[in-house]
Amino acid sequence: MADPIIISASPHVHSNKSTKNLMYDVLYALIPAFLVSIYVFGVSALVLTSVAVASCVLFEYVIQKYLLKTTVTVSDGSALITGILLAFNLPSNLPIWMIILGSLVAIGVAKLSFGGLGYNIFNPALVGRVFLLISFPVQMTSWPTAVENNTTLVDAVTSETTLGIIKEGLMYGDTMTTISEKLPSTIDLLLGITGGSAGEMSALALILGGIFLLARKVITWHIPITILVTMTVMTGIFWLINPEQYANPLIHLLSGGAILGAFYMATDLVTSPMTKKGMIVFAIGIGVITVVIRLFGAYPEGVSFAILIMNAFVPLINKYFKPRRFGSPIKSKIV
Amino acid sequence: MLKTFPKGGVHPEENKLTSSKAIKRMPVPKVVYVPIAQHIGIPAEIIVNQKDKVQKGQVVAKSGGFVSSNIHSPVAGTVTKLDMIVDTSGYKKQCIVIRTDEKDESNQEIPEFPLKKEITMEQKDILQHISDSGIVGLGGATFPSHVKLDLKNDNKVDYLIINGVECEPYLTADHRLMLEKAEEIIVGIQILMKALHINKAVIGIENNKRDAIEVLKKAAADDDRIQVAALQVKYPQGSEKQLIKAIIGREVPKGGLPMDVGVIVHNVGTIFAIYQAVQYDQPLTERVVTVTGKNLEKASNFWVKIGTPIKDLVEEVGGLPEGTRKIVNGGPMMGKAIKNTDVPVTKGTSGILVISEDEASRQEPENCIRCGKCVFVCPMGLEPHLLMNLTEKGMYERAASEDVMTCIECGSCSYVCPSHRPLLDYIRFGKSIVKKLNTAKN
Amino acid sequence: MIYSVLYSAILLSSIGVVAAVVLFIVSKKFYVYENPKISEVEDVLPSANCGGCGSPGCRAFAERLVGSEDISELFCPVGGNDVMKQVADILGKEVAEKDPTVAVVRCQGGCEVRPKTTEYQGPKSCAISALIYSGETDCQFGCLGDGDCVNVCQFDAMYMDDNGLPVVITDKCTSCGACVDACPRNIIEMRPRNKRDLKVFVGCLNEDKGGIARKACNVACIGCSKCEDVCPKDAISMNNNLAYIDAELCTLCRKCVDVCPTHSIIETNFPPKKVKTPKPEEETVAVVKTEAKVESVNNETNA
Repeated sequence: MADPIIISASPHVHSNKSTKNLMYDVLYALIPAFLVSIYVFGVSALVLTSVAVASCVLFEYVIQKYLLKTTVTVSDGSALITGILLAFNLPSNLPIWMIILGSLVAIGVAKLSFGGLGYNIFNPALVGRVFLLISFPVQMTSWPTAVENNTTLVDAVTSETTLGIIKEGLMYGDTMTTISEKLPSTIDLLLGITGGSAGEMSALALILGGIFLLARKVITWHIPITILVTMTVMTGIFWLINPEQYANPLIHLLSGGAILGAFYMATDLVTSPMTKKGMIVFAIGIGVITVVIRLFGAYPEGVSFAILIMNAFVPLINKYFKPRRFGSPIKSKIV
Repeated sequence: MLKTFPKGGVHPEENKLTSSKAIKRMPVPKVVYVPIAQHIGIPAEIIVNQKDKVQKGQVVAKSGGFVSSNIHSPVAGTVTKLDMIVDTSGYKKQCIVIRTDEKDESNQEIPEFPLKKEITMEQKDILQHISDSGIVGLGGATFPSHVKLDLKNDNKVDYLIINGVECEPYLTADHRLMLEKAEEIIVGIQILMKALHINKAVIGIENNKRDAIEVLKKAAADDDRIQVAALQVKYPQGSEKQLIKAIIGREVPKGGLPMDVGVIVHNVGTIFAIYQAVQYDQPLTERVVTVTGKNLEKASNFWVKIGTPIKDLVEEVGGLPEGTRKIVNGGPMMGKAIKNTDVPVTKGTSGILVISEDEASRQEPENCIRCGKCVFVCPMGLEPHLLMNLTEKGMYERAASEDVMTCIECGSCSYVCPSHRPLLDYIRFGKSIVKKLNTAKN
Repeated sequence: MIYSVLYSAILLSSIGVVAAVVLFIVSKKFYVYENPKISEVEDVLPSANCGGCGSPGCRAFAERLVGSEDISELFCPVGGNDVMKQVADILGKEVAEKDPTVAVVRCQGGCEVRPKTTEYQGPKSCAISALIYSGETDCQFGCLGDGDCVNVCQFDAMYMDDNGLPVVITDKCTSCGACVDACPRNIIEMRPRNKRDLKVFVGCLNEDKGGIARKACNVACIGCSKCEDVCPKDAISMNNNLAYIDAELCTLCRKCVDVCPTHSIIETNFPPKKVKTPKPEEETVAVVKTEAKVESVNNETNA
């Protein structure tokens, strides 16, 4: 007799989307930004990304196989994404051993010690990045100059990020008008011809990938759009109050990791809320914290911290922002 | 913009392979196996004995209570035994086995029922006829129809909604019925409207059945009380609650019935059965069944006697193709996989789906990646991932407070889960436990 | 310098004092009186927290024991008569005495004797697969083989053997009854345990007619009633094509085991029979009988 008839509960069909599909879609979405980073930073960006990816995948394999002795889930592509996102958040001239250390923290501490894919509370790539930022602040904040326009910038070896220039300028009492002369143009910001972490500079390439993710329904619009809107509104208010003290919203949106964070890191399926209401709350939180850190904190850039802080609130958000049950009475508004 | 329900839903591949195949009549089977539990509620009581001669349409099992239904013999013949037969539930259930009398003429003649528009019967008689004729919801839920029509005085019903959605992939039984029996269905609706004093009726049809929408619109042109609503194609629109929400925007309260919002919903198949019962006094002994599958060459729709073994149907379409690994009674989203083809067709069988090797197996489940897709697609606003987790860990009371009982088991969550987690399996189990706990409490 | 030492010393001690006062007040204010006997009884109980007594844990059971007037209905199956006697001593109440029991698996339908006709895909849990259908084989009464009983056993007293059937390790079984509740098919039964753990029971629950049952499983009870006829003590009853041996009446003579055509009656821990030659067999039967008698006498004296 041939193989016996299979009995299983309904449904008997499945959408052909799998976890693997989702992960690889994210990878495809990151390609444009990756190409831009290679164009801007040259070979060093390639080295950085390949080292980060290779070490993330290797760590996941080694830890799962020999330390935890569980099934190895390298093929689902999540370690690959962690590697790329980590690399995108690092300066491309970072010493290789630091990249490897960051990967170890990302995969070993932030992901596998919680139980692997699906169980981690914090975005692994961001944990790796923040770990490096706190441990090695100097190396982590001396960005290489873009290959093309390194002569125009003050320092030939390292340059400041847009936000760094603003923060430093304001600290020395400069006004925005004087600072803005040193800033790259909006077009440069859009295209990514500026200093910064490997993958975070080209807003255009990142948005392109983001649109791809939205079209493939890997992410929904709720998180990225809400983050960007919140940031625009907040920075806009401050800018309108005192344009000499605060940079305009456009600079805030296009610089730093705002786009990268909004489209790729905050939307990480595992560490973001599961309801649409919750997503909006989560995103507003990220937007507010980012702006607060950028304008009033010690660091010029706050997206990573904001996302990590809000990650910690996700279980709480999931608990309190539930979808409306069908047929439940519509709550009268609180008077 | 076409109407639809607002929250959740999925759109599986439609695969309506048999929508252009006219309904054929199955030859009368040699033996029929008539289960006594073909409906939701109390099983019917057998009132025949072994070796009894039965007439076609004779009651062989009497309704066992209010929420129960009569069962009629689909053929003229002899009761050979009262046996236990595996039915669609996967368990052996009491069955009446009737051997067809080949000489009896009533088995041979193909019934002809010309359209009869005039409704002569009085309201009370109509309801009695529906109850006597063993009519149950033919959409698949098999809820005895007379129970739905038994209106308490305090329930003001002003809408009759006819479910011609057929949102399940593959199935085309209702679609074909609407095309071929449009006039009869309209009369059936008029019968119900007369019986219940309802002045508004809407037929909901998904927009992938444009021909059916046209035909019914034409048939209903004389009667301006009856409307046809084209709906966006989205599963599970055929679920009562979703359909009411989609068509007239009312929301059945949690744990409530359509009646609570003044609506009665009936499937088009049921309406046709009601027409037959009231106008021609025909009990429910046959129904339209779609026999389909990607590898079936002669897939089609059939008029099938209740109790016909699925084996006969499969023979009719050319036998099981090689590599068949799963046979589903019903559609792919809510149907039940059956153990073998000896299982008989019951009142709830809307289709037989034959699935081949490459699509029959489930994928291995992986970790939940908390993507929230199950939450987005749940039409009832539940959190399937949470319910599965709670059930898995035995936290049934928590699951009950998270409204596990409102789950309509549409399967959208399991369908969409990228980690192939058996969400509905666990939720269904959780529901069964919560049900037990609730009955224990009362 | 000295100031800083002093300062920290004073600060620490003052924190200590404040904390002590707060703790003291709280412990007085929120003190809950509790019958000291509850703890005493709890100490006697086996601390298995298995739920076999019907309470959610040993502490809850102790509270019930102390709180109830009549505790003759309450019994700790894990601790058995010894523990209940101690409880009775502490509380000065009457307790019931029960014969020790052990779980038995009443299905022998392993992979070889009960062919699989379908393949189940879904969560590996008997309770869930039982919701969908009657199981991978054609027998709708037998073991589903997904090991719910093994999973609920807290005492590691069960395992799934190579044949896909659960096995009870008699020595470890505390007769808490968790497996009995977990089995959706009611295959596991609590049967009396005697000193050498001799048991005779029907290892089948199939209520189908003989032919159908036999087709589904080689070792199914086919309802032939041979055992009922041969039993000298009327301990065997037939219901729905299925034999059941009443342990109270059974004298462990094993005549039924010999006559069962499908070998669906299980005997455990009897010494191996000597082969053929009718005389010695009679002897062994006689020996067993006397043993059984001794056993039952023992039981009676215990009771």
